[in-house]
Amino acid sequence: MIVASLVPLQATALGLAVLASTAVVLTRDPLKQIVVNALYGLVLVLLFVVFAAPDVALSMLVVGSIAYPIVVLIAIARVRSGKRDR
Amino acid sequence: MSRRVRTVVLAPALAGLSALVYWGLAGLPRFGDYRGPYGFIINRVATPERHMTNAVTAVVFDYRGFDTLGEEFILFAAVVGTVLLLRARGTKPEGERDWIGSDGVRAFGLLFAGPTLVVGLWLVAFGTVTPGGGFQGGVAVAGGFVLVYAAADYRSFRKIGNEHVLDFAKGTGAGGYVVIGLAALVSGAPFLHNLLGPGQSGTLVSSGSVAFINWSVALEVAAANLLLVLEFLEHYDVPLRGGGK
Repeated sequence: MIVASLVPLQATALGLAVLASTAVVLTRDPLKQIVVNALYGLVLVLLFVVFAAPDVALSMLVVGSIAYPIVVLIAIARVRSGKRDR
Repeated sequence: MSRRVRTVVLAPALAGLSALVYWGLAGLPRFGDYRGPYGFIINRVATPERHMTNAVTAVVFDYRGFDTLGEEFILFAAVVGTVLLLRARGTKPEGERDWIGSDGVRAFGLLFAGPTLVVGLWLVAFGTVTPGGGFQGGVAVAGGFVLVYAAADYRSFRKIGNEHVLDFAKGTGAGGYVVIGLAALVSGAPFLHNLLGPGQSGTLVSSGSVAFINWSVALEVAAANLLLVLEFLEHYDVPLRGGGK
């Protein structure tokens, strides 16, 4: 179902998703990449909201901005601390 | 492999992939065209049948409740596996743990730990009425507890994130789902049948047994996520206080 008033918002959200995902790939430093990736997650949240999928948006919000960044951040910290020991 | 050889290998593969992608995209239905009858049927029957105003929760915990049980145990098995690997390496002595030195991070943790926790609980509680549910709320609750670590220090976090409590909570959450299913079986109904029956639409008790499944999933997801963070932090020996050890 297409809601005409939402189409500009949907187009904007899709455009932002293209930009943000490209930014994730172009960021080389893993630490900065976590932050950029979390921002990309927020863009996807916006995308799901304007496509009328609030449940998916909430899932993306908690996974993209809480669970995934925490796990990757701590994993990077562990790998780096392991290197220092040797 | 030289650059030239790589280009020769890449070019036909890239051309083939492009052609396939273009072929696939050209055959897509038009934007907004929805052909699956399932969504329309669920939208029409979910609220009258199950009295839940959030059709997504009705599908996840009721119509497809058995699938979700499997998914819950995928998370359970994944976290148990990770924890087994990490615990095999032993723990570090208590004194060496660090606190977070950045005032900005501490202020952020202080401001957002409470609200994140409350939003998480709210997402779980109203999961059957408005968008949300055990999975989303559970992760948010875990996030609120992790912010306590950001606001204070590791030892304060350990007081909440005790692995004995979390192991128990995770198991109870995962097992609770099965117990609710078995309770229906024992009383002569099919597995996971909604024993408590649908309540009044739009209220917290609108969903019957589904509310209990929802809370047990929330318990498992929150405990599993916190346990992961805890087990990783257990081995965390990067000095955060301005670089020096």
